[in-house]
Amino acid sequence: MKEQHYRWDHPTSQHLDDPREDQRDACGVGFIANMTGKKSHKTLQDGLEILCNMDHRGGIAADNQTSDGSGILIQIPHGILKAEAEGMGRSLPEAGSYALGMMFLPGEAEEVIYWKTFLANLCSKFHLEVLFFRDVPVASETLGPIAKATEPEVTQCVVLDRPQAFSSKSLEWRLYLLRKHMEAEGVLRYGIKQRRFYVASLSLDSVCYKGLVQAKDLANYFLDLKDARFETAFAMVHQRFSTNTLPSWPLAQPFRMISHNGEINTLRGNINAMQARSFLFENESLLEDFQSLGPVCLPGMSDSSMLDNAAEFLVATGRPLAQVLSMLIPEPWEQNSEMESDLKDYYEYHSYVMEPWDGPAFVGFCHGHEIGAILDRNGLRPGRYWITRDGFVVMASEVGVLPRKPEEILERGRLRPGSMFLLNMKSGTIVPDATIKKELSAFRPYGAWLEQKRIHLDDLPLAKRQERERDSDSTSQQKLVSFGYSKEDLRLILAPMANQGKEPIGSMGNDAPLAILSQKRPLLYNYFKQLFAQVTNPPIDALREKLVTSLSVHLGAESNLLESTPKHCAVLKMSQPILTSLDLLRIEQSGLPYLRSVRISTTYLIDGNSLELELDTLAENVILAVERGIAIIILSDLDVGPSRAAIPALLAVSSVHHALMRSGHRSKCSLIVESGEPREVHHFALLIGFGAAAIHPYLALEMVAQGEKIFGFDPEICPEKRQINFIKSICDGILKTMSKMGISVLHSYRGAQIFECLGLSQNLINRYFSSTPGRLEGLDLEDIEEDIRARHGKAYLEAVSDSSLSDFSLSKSLSLSDNGIYAWRKGGESHLHRPEMIASLQKSVRRNSRDDFKAFCETIDRGSSGPLTLRNLLSFRKIRASIPLTEVEDIKSIVKRMATGAMSFGSISKETHETIAIAMNRIGARSNSGEGGEDFKRYSPDSNGDSRRSAIKQIASARFGVTSHYLTQADELQIKISQGAKPGEGGQLPGFKVDEEIARVRHSTPGVTLISPPPHHDIYSIEDLAQLIYDLKNANSKARISVKLVAESGVGTIAAGVAKAKADVILISGHEGGTGASPLSSVHHAGVPWELGLSETHRVLVENHLRGRVVLQTDGLLRTPRDIVIAALLGAEEWGIGTGALLTLGCVMMRKCHLNTCPVGIATQDPELRKKFQGQPEHLINYIFLIAEGVRELMAELGFSTLQDMIGRVDLLEKDPSITDPRLKKIDLSSILTPAKVSNMSIDEGSTYNDFALERCLDAAALIPACREAIETRRSVELSQSLTSFDRSTGTMLSAVISQKWGHGGLPDGTIKLQFDGAAGQSFMAFGAHGITAILMGEVNDYCAKGLSGATVIVKPEIGSLGQAEDQVICGNTALYGATSGHLYLRGKAGERFAVRNSGAHAVVEGLGDHGCEYMTGGTVVVLGEIGRNFAAGMSGGYAFVYDQKKASDRAINRELVHVEKCLQEKDALYLKKQLQKHFSYTASAVAARILNNWEQERAHFVLVIPIEYRDLMDRREAKQHPKPLTKTLDIDYMGGGIRE
Amino acid sequence: MSEVQGILKIDRKTPEKELPQLRLRHSKEFTTRLSRQHLAEQGSRCMDCGVPFCHNACPLGNVIPEWNQLTSEEDYRSALEALLATNNFPEFTGRICPAPCETACVLGLNEDPVSIEAIEMSLADLGFEKGWIRAQPPQLRTGRKVAVVGSGPAGLAAAQQLNRAGHLVTVFERAEKPGGLLMYGIPEFKLDKTRVARRIDLLKEEGILFRCGVHVGVDVTMAEMGEDFDATILACGAAKKRDVQIPGRESKGIYFAEQFLTSAVIWGSSGQALDGLKISAAGKDVVVIGGGDTGSDCLGTSLRQGAKSVTQFEIMPKPPELSKHPRHFERPSETPWPEWTYMLRTSTSHEEGGKRAWAHESVAFERDAQGQLTALITRELSWNKDSHGRWIHEVIPNSDRRWPCDLALVAVGFVGPEIEGPISELGIELGERGNIKADEIHYATNIPGVFAAGDVRRGQSLVVWAIAEGRRVAQSVERYLQSN
Repeated sequence: MKEQHYRWDHPTSQHLDDPREDQRDACGVGFIANMTGKKSHKTLQDGLEILCNMDHRGGIAADNQTSDGSGILIQIPHGILKAEAEGMGRSLPEAGSYALGMMFLPGEAEEVIYWKTFLANLCSKFHLEVLFFRDVPVASETLGPIAKATEPEVTQCVVLDRPQAFSSKSLEWRLYLLRKHMEAEGVLRYGIKQRRFYVASLSLDSVCYKGLVQAKDLANYFLDLKDARFETAFAMVHQRFSTNTLPSWPLAQPFRMISHNGEINTLRGNINAMQARSFLFENESLLEDFQSLGPVCLPGMSDSSMLDNAAEFLVATGRPLAQVLSMLIPEPWEQNSEMESDLKDYYEYHSYVMEPWDGPAFVGFCHGHEIGAILDRNGLRPGRYWITRDGFVVMASEVGVLPRKPEEILERGRLRPGSMFLLNMKSGTIVPDATIKKELSAFRPYGAWLEQKRIHLDDLPLAKRQERERDSDSTSQQKLVSFGYSKEDLRLILAPMANQGKEPIGSMGNDAPLAILSQKRPLLYNYFKQLFAQVTNPPIDALREKLVTSLSVHLGAESNLLESTPKHCAVLKMSQPILTSLDLLRIEQSGLPYLRSVRISTTYLIDGNSLELELDTLAENVILAVERGIAIIILSDLDVGPSRAAIPALLAVSSVHHALMRSGHRSKCSLIVESGEPREVHHFALLIGFGAAAIHPYLALEMVAQGEKIFGFDPEICPEKRQINFIKSICDGILKTMSKMGISVLHSYRGAQIFECLGLSQNLINRYFSSTPGRLEGLDLEDIEEDIRARHGKAYLEAVSDSSLSDFSLSKSLSLSDNGIYAWRKGGESHLHRPEMIASLQKSVRRNSRDDFKAFCETIDRGSSGPLTLRNLLSFRKIRASIPLTEVEDIKSIVKRMATGAMSFGSISKETHETIAIAMNRIGARSNSGEGGEDFKRYSPDSNGDSRRSAIKQIASARFGVTSHYLTQADELQIKISQGAKPGEGGQLPGFKVDEEIARVRHSTPGVTLISPPPHHDIYSIEDLAQLIYDLKNANSKARISVKLVAESGVGTIAAGVAKAKADVILISGHEGGTGASPLSSVHHAGVPWELGLSETHRVLVENHLRGRVVLQTDGLLRTPRDIVIAALLGAEEWGIGTGALLTLGCVMMRKCHLNTCPVGIATQDPELRKKFQGQPEHLINYIFLIAEGVRELMAELGFSTLQDMIGRVDLLEKDPSITDPRLKKIDLSSILTPAKVSNMSIDEGSTYNDFALERCLDAAALIPACREAIETRRSVELSQSLTSFDRSTGTMLSAVISQKWGHGGLPDGTIKLQFDGAAGQSFMAFGAHGITAILMGEVNDYCAKGLSGATVIVKPEIGSLGQAEDQVICGNTALYGATSGHLYLRGKAGERFAVRNSGAHAVVEGLGDHGCEYMTGGTVVVLGEIGRNFAAGMSGGYAFVYDQKKASDRAINRELVHVEKCLQEKDALYLKKQLQKHFSYTASAVAARILNNWEQERAHFVLVIPIEYRDLMDRREAKQHPKPLTKTLDIDYMGGGIRE
Repeated sequence: MSEVQGILKIDRKTPEKELPQLRLRHSKEFTTRLSRQHLAEQGSRCMDCGVPFCHNACPLGNVIPEWNQLTSEEDYRSALEALLATNNFPEFTGRICPAPCETACVLGLNEDPVSIEAIEMSLADLGFEKGWIRAQPPQLRTGRKVAVVGSGPAGLAAAQQLNRAGHLVTVFERAEKPGGLLMYGIPEFKLDKTRVARRIDLLKEEGILFRCGVHVGVDVTMAEMGEDFDATILACGAAKKRDVQIPGRESKGIYFAEQFLTSAVIWGSSGQALDGLKISAAGKDVVVIGGGDTGSDCLGTSLRQGAKSVTQFEIMPKPPELSKHPRHFERPSETPWPEWTYMLRTSTSHEEGGKRAWAHESVAFERDAQGQLTALITRELSWNKDSHGRWIHEVIPNSDRRWPCDLALVAVGFVGPEIEGPISELGIELGERGNIKADEIHYATNIPGVFAAGDVRRGQSLVVWAIAEGRRVAQSVERYLQSN
């Protein structure tokens, strides 16, 4: 590594003033505890060892020495303290009667004095006193430079209860207050994001040692930890991997009560709700304490820290720890038909007390004598445990973190989604989840309370009054205009929803300008973009994993959080938030005192007061009503009319929501929006996201009911059904919007503000949408008012308007304007891809004419009809003299920086896909396979020298065609985290499009629908990504690893994490990216332009000295040389072109890709249409050279001879000073144009080599050398090795060597036999190739055999293991993910998501967690035990045999796509028996033996779970292929996609 | 919107035409509109493109995919409404528009394009037949008055738009009957004059006043009009004809195409001669100078009148002969899809007979002693492109040729508006090409309250452009009236 002289300064604010809490945690968590609370120093040492063994789960900063944080929470070292006290001549009271505080104080001596004095004084306020302070002995020299720069003065204080003091309050509570007051002083003294003063712990029982110290150095730094007098009964440890920029000492974990691996997605909503609730805190004795307490959740900290704050508060105010965690992280209960009703009642009751803190979470917690852990409702983090014979519990993110002999382990288990594990060290008992829950639910008569108080909407009496009279046609026409409806809204949005109950689908990306750039006065909604999960947490699949989601809402006031009374559940419960007019009437007429409602108008006199004043009045009116005890506020614009204009519903609801927050009334009422404005999913998602509880979209419902045929409504469907359909589509859409962010529960989503805002002024945001991240400062309230006025005027004032002149028609039904958002229209919204643009591009590349190309560029670079993109607002600042063109670097080197976008074979035709590859290969640039695999024939060059091999191979969530061989055939491996057109969403390739060839390439079965899950099931978190990168490096050590992200607020932070995870390339995709098919709301409302994402990413990476580690690439509507140069100046040294490439090959932006009707043979698989493809490699080559030549010309003009010098030079850009448009003038581009705060820009690409130490991994060091000869000669070899959890991706590199040499077919089965023992690390045998048999005696962690490509993997317990093997968990989560062929035999149980997206492997396992066989498309799985919940969700192919002796599988199976054959067909039974025999012979499985011994009886206990579509397909195939000997067909049929090439 | 099979299965279909030998026997229209079933089928060939190039190519911005879709759903009335939303007179454009939309149709890349014009015509005719198209008098009158000078398509469109906005519109027409080029410039066999009359009647019914036979600038001055009207729109066309200034031009038997065509229309409708002069091609050898649409109209009219022979001359070389609906790879690289293809076009008149000669330059007319035309002398040109892609020509030596003829029709276009009249009276500013100067947003001349639209402003062009300009000038006048 080269010498680095970085100044490790600590930027005061991070990259941008982004109010979103952008600290993201992901980590390894673990604890060890003695079951009877026996203290020892050994336990502390074991804790440290656990920590060290999870080192790979943590992050390291750019100095390669500073950890993101590690720590240990242990019992107070009474022995040490006692000795110290004595040394000072003081006596320490007995353990448990004093508290130890662990503080980080600022380094300056005067500050230390200040704090010590302050603390001493403060203590007296709470009848406490400081016995002594203690400088904790540390060895600073063990720290890395970054850690050292912020190293605190680590000080402990011993705090005593004042001997004679009388206080009615418990010591614990006073300690809590003491700490809160100290924290408040810290904020007061150093500001809200301060990291200078911090209390790591202040407790009677425990103390936390933590910091930016590497795990291995924790005890070297904190010398106490080496002191043998330090004894503890438990040790909870945490290893942090944070994506945030510069890690900080206080954010290291554990916190005082919990350690958290995961992320809280709904944080903003939770913080707000907690804040709102604090106004309702009532407790006589503590009242004044609350008034001085400050916020429960200390602002400016991480999500985990806030979760800790909340837990701590609830415990401090009297709730048992288990109850607290079950409230914060409840298991999914609503859709769980197996749950006891008492427990359901318990959860329901508490859902009215508090919303879940939603997101992936493995939380270890401890308090007093209780220690335990809980997993989130989705089970998105691993949690494995051992119970040992000598009375210890070891719980950790991984198994094998402590060396233990098999005979020492009594039980091996894992936490299930939503379940809790609790050890009571006092009683020495492990309380099982069921017992905990039983106790909790029996605590109060929740069921009776609910029965008594809570009421369902359906139980309310039918409304007495008739519905409101329908507006006359002309009135509703005027309303439509005043709310800005267009023909497209009716025809393309409402009608499809009303007809089919589904959100409309579109294709290709969004090329219309951002709202702030539009000349069409877009609705306020359009200024907001949906945020989505990437890398640090997974989006979820609301469709297939419905059981964890909930859309239910309740109306009514909340009650005091500190109590539990029947009053708390005095609410109105509804199953979803969209109300019909009858629903609303019923609510209004409920007559229940706690559901009193009032309708408050959100319209105002157009000639009256200013909007600002009106908003104030509105808020006042609402507050007055709430003060009168009204619990339901209906914000209504029903009275909009000639003299009254409607406040945009979003502005109305959000301003009221925040006013209520400020005034402390928020939790006393629910807001219902009754508005004519909302009509598409994004609108509803926003209204709820900013505080609405329910919405009655009266105008949209009315239009749906009217259902005019001219707008495409189906007259065959009755109006009521159309409304139901519409409501269903909106609800599904809201659910999808939530799940994109990984949120499962609407209650938590409400008010969570999961949006960012582009183009509104900070002023406006602060006032009405506070804490929403906002960039591109823009419109003020006056501008919005002007828009309202304009729309209102159009509807009511202009008797004969311009529009009626230009669009006159016979009837008025067509007089709505044609917005041209979804399809280009003259006079409608502008689009980048407009006719002249497409025509001139195609003309110039076909003629290879520079003149034509210049004309084309002008259509884009000069937004003739206003700016289309943010870069249209920029101009170059010339600060250098121009140079001659000849001095500029060669065109060929520029061309090499180009790549085409990821477009799968399947989404585009073979011809198109190969033409692109040929073109890019000819010029040394890179084409991208997309996510559909690649035909192996393309790996060897054509006879004319052309190569059809894609240089970039993509790894997407479905892993289609991702085999060991595929991975070896790439120069770059790209992990697609998100896609610009639909970030956070999966996709679906319907069966009819999956022809023989596509199926072959994707390793699936023709005719079988292929579903891509929203997340990568092996990336739920940043350390998972690091693991996948490591896997891929093993699979192809020469390829660059690229990670594709989509621009959104905070993407820079995520990218920093990705850089730390050792990616070589980060691609920042703009939201404009194309798609073969996406819901329209995703295409238009998620993600931001690359200009924002790229500049943020570059800046954050530079500021964190990480820029040199990665190459930055960007894409998103890059079309001209100017675009490329701007991308370079904003930080990207490589650029991608997707749709642009298609345009050169003939694409005419039909936007019909999802229909398979592409008339130019590009986005279609129809053989007739494919014949129409006319593209030639030369067209694309011409384009790229025309661009590159243009780039050279611009370089010459700007005075740069090499591109590398231009990267990140934002100082060469400025906002175009010639802009005169008043709205455009308001846009503030500083979020793009601000240079990095660090001056030394070490950005030489790849200047820092990402060291994976691959040469030291087992494969490189031992396996490959030993197998070298076998691989060359195909002679068999056998060897044995011991494994530890440090050995990750074992077998992957070996497989790569085989695939490289022999292709996918690999070696003959069993050529290489590997005998392992121990606990294998993650990704054991990932992408294992044909020819390897790996036998492991021991257990495995997550991702075992993922991407399996032909190998046989056998895992069985070590000899001497205790207990029944079939009851023990032997394998982690997500085994066999994306496997294409091979075998896996597990003697024991596996975790969650077994065989997800398996398309050809064959497995036998003895029990599963939830979501087994999800999205499976082929292969077979035999389960000899329980199958968890949601089995076979989204399974479209393959066979799953379940041994269902208890007949319990029925409820566990998700039957959307599959049916269950209770009686096995003979051929299936034959196969099953054969597999069991194999299983027995490989693993000596007792279950298999039992079944085989009694086969004829036992076979009846098996059921076959098989997709309906797949069974038909197989039957038909068989009919065709007959006659064939039965056993023979078996082998063929069950091969599924496992084709050998 | 269509299924892929729709595009692949259904062929393009256009209205049936009478056989040339039969249709030459009369001067009426000779096409029949699509049957209802064919109409829906043809509509279903439309692919509802994300970027509808047809819609872009249409000067009116007809939202073609929208009415195609409604047509395919057999909701003809709604389809017609969608059509009428942007086009005042689809019964005209459905017949005489060269249909740049079809040239730009995306389906036309690889297939025969959607028969957009035929659908348009059929919808319009159906609208009249069913009574869906009827007078739409304004509900309210604003009390403002607007004068429109010229009753061609631009003037009529402007008048209709403004009248619907409640203004009282008076249209001035120099000729006896309103309609301008629609009435007199286009032969009966392409546009039945009863259709023009029917439209005029509807406009009258809507409340528009017509004052025919009034030559503004002669019979009534602009100054006088200014007192009566709040605004005036000049839509009086590009009436100044281009001539061929060659020896012998003064011979008898040489006429401008317009004289010939107008005379034919008047004769056809009233049996009267134009200005007492009936120009007939019967039994004559006719030469038509000018290879454009007007020339082709002259050819068809001459044949119908019983000409002995008709020869049409074009100075430019013969464009490439492509298939009728050339696929994009056939089209010349200079005018690729979706541009207007540079190709040989054969009008219905060309189907009927006559000869066409390319790259022929007229050199002189010969006449007999009585001054009667006897022959046209031409010579051939050789055309090439220079380095900038511009056409240049050389005369081919010794290529002179003599074409005996009795009647010569000059159809080489117009050079701009006539200056005498309003332009000279008010001193209206002209642009470089001799047309009235007015931008494409405001359509306002340098004289306040005086606007210009159609050929008088943009120069000789298509009917569809005239309607488009008429609509836009109306919008501008509306804004003007609101702010004054």
